[in-house]
Amino acid sequence: MSRDLTAQPSSTNNNKTGGWRTFKPHTDYDQCVGCGLCARICPENAIKMMDWNGQPKPKTDYDFCKGCGLCAAECPVKAIKMELEKK
Amino acid sequence: MPKQILEGSRAVALTIKNIKPAVVSAYPITPQTHIVEDLAKFKSDGEADYEYVRAESEFAAASIVAGASAAGARVYTATSSQGLLLMAEVVYNIAGLRLPVVMTCANRGVSAPITIWNDHQDAMAVRDAGWIMLFAENHQEAVAQHVLAYKLAEQTHLPAMVNMDGFVLTHSYEPVVIPDEKLVRRFLGETRPAQDNLLDPAAPKTSGAFAAPTHYLEIRQALNDDLEKCLALLPGLAADYAKLFNAPRAAAPAAGDNGLLEYYGPRAAKTVIAVMGSLAGTAKDAVDEYNRGSAGKKNPAAVLKIKCYRPFPRAALLKALGRIRCLAVVEKAVSLGSAGPLALDIMSAWPSQRPLIIADFIVGLGGRDVTQEKLINIIKQAPKNNRQVKFIS
Amino acid sequence: MKQIRLHGRGGQGVVTAAELIAIAAFLDGREAQAFPSFGVERTGAPIEAFARISDTPIRTREHVYQPDVIIVQDATLLDAVDIAHGAHKNTLVIINTAKPPAAIKLPVPEKNIFTVDATKIALEIIGKNLMNTVILGAFAKATGLVSLAALKKAVMEKFSDKGPEITDKNLKAIEQAFKL
Repeated sequence: MSRDLTAQPSSTNNNKTGGWRTFKPHTDYDQCVGCGLCARICPENAIKMMDWNGQPKPKTDYDFCKGCGLCAAECPVKAIKMELEKK
Repeated sequence: MPKQILEGSRAVALTIKNIKPAVVSAYPITPQTHIVEDLAKFKSDGEADYEYVRAESEFAAASIVAGASAAGARVYTATSSQGLLLMAEVVYNIAGLRLPVVMTCANRGVSAPITIWNDHQDAMAVRDAGWIMLFAENHQEAVAQHVLAYKLAEQTHLPAMVNMDGFVLTHSYEPVVIPDEKLVRRFLGETRPAQDNLLDPAAPKTSGAFAAPTHYLEIRQALNDDLEKCLALLPGLAADYAKLFNAPRAAAPAAGDNGLLEYYGPRAAKTVIAVMGSLAGTAKDAVDEYNRGSAGKKNPAAVLKIKCYRPFPRAALLKALGRIRCLAVVEKAVSLGSAGPLALDIMSAWPSQRPLIIADFIVGLGGRDVTQEKLINIIKQAPKNNRQVKFIS
Repeated sequence: MKQIRLHGRGGQGVVTAAELIAIAAFLDGREAQAFPSFGVERTGAPIEAFARISDTPIRTREHVYQPDVIIVQDATLLDAVDIAHGAHKNTLVIINTAKPPAAIKLPVPEKNIFTVDATKIALEIIGKNLMNTVILGAFAKATGLVSLAALKKAVMEKFSDKGPEITDKNLKAIEQAFKL
């Protein structure tokens, strides 16, 4: 450690950032049309599109979601709600 | 002059504003301090009328103040860490050209690996450049040293660097009295550049262009001799400063402080810890605590704070240390492959006929906290570590 | 001398909170010191800041290892950082959380734990989760180390360049937290 100062790729993933949230995004899958805009807009890459019974649906990784709310702001059908997270 | 509670950087910025340099130049990006940020704001708010030149690098910032100083202007710049290293070439030139530039170094460690935190490795990288180098313990001392730096620089036509510990002083809040603008003017007077050395487009000449082997050595020797002369000047100037500015007691220097160094603790101390910068505050509390204990009652300890590191106050140091048996040098820098620079300076100053145990402790590199507990352990360990260099983790 | 350690995350105004404590104590006529211990310079990283209040000049620069007061701005740090390290039997802990003291798992007596939902107050009054000033209202109330008047004056001084609207909201939020 004190000699090899090389950091391994992806080691920043060891640092989970979900604890920084004030507001948590909740996705209503009935409203969601699976357009994938939230996944594309997420600055943390914390939203992945998954196959949900043949439908594309977003899945948010709350270990890394910082609660910025961009997904909720951009969702064209307002399927994502930001709710105050109790701490 | 009321006492205020201020961030260290702001205290220095307000002091510089009162000193009224004609040109301020700095590179604004990390590693920089709030000092030049505040100075830029004073200028944009119309509270100051210096020329503020935002440079494209520290090398440029140093070059700009060098040029302005060569044209006779009172100048100021500040930097830190890698910024000072990038300035290094110009830092040498400024001293060689005898320009009374004043700079603040917010002391921080150097890369690699990247560190943003405090130690003295940046300043030590340019300790041989020919600058007057002062180190401050707290905000009050930092503001006083800036006024003194201008006085000394302009009187001797040598550059001066005021070192204050990055974050520990630059980002901390504590009560401080800012030197009054009128008193600063009375103390410093107008800057009087050396006329024979002044660059003026109306009468073009070249400064510091070239010296053949037949002359270079003597020129450097003269620089060395002139730098050493500051040792005789600084105590008197520090006393003048105290007389003029000491209205509130908080701003008065401590007993045992002659501007070059400060001795704190019992005269009969057996072990003395030698430090520079903000570490002195923690060290004073540490020796007080140690001296209250049974070991300290038998063998009391004291603190020697070096305030003027270049020129190095050899005679004052020997006088202050009297008949001590053991000196623990506690320093935030190391000359890699050798020892701590402060320990080397003290060893070279110490006369061979006076027996002394001298132990060198390297602490606080890259911002590692130096606690009172660590310092008390150092006082205890020092007698058993003669002529050894120990890194305290 | 009273020693205060503040825990928060980058961007939550931890350092400002420590400075406000020192300014308020100074305005109360006492000696004071505040300084940060920055971690990596980025939003969200755990950060500590320190303040000391004394009746004699403060010389030491070491971090605070035996805090008399611990302020936790973000309750999620309870799982990430050893918040209580160095706490003694009289150390007071003030936490920004919606939970009651009994629900907080910390190795300090329950009677020494004060909880305040500073985030809720900040969202209601300031409109953003800027709860660093709010929690200081609770700090002033729980510890009595700074007066409410001095704390408010400190906020007015420190926030003078932020405009009267933001300053007033912060003052209101501090009063709200002080009442609890």
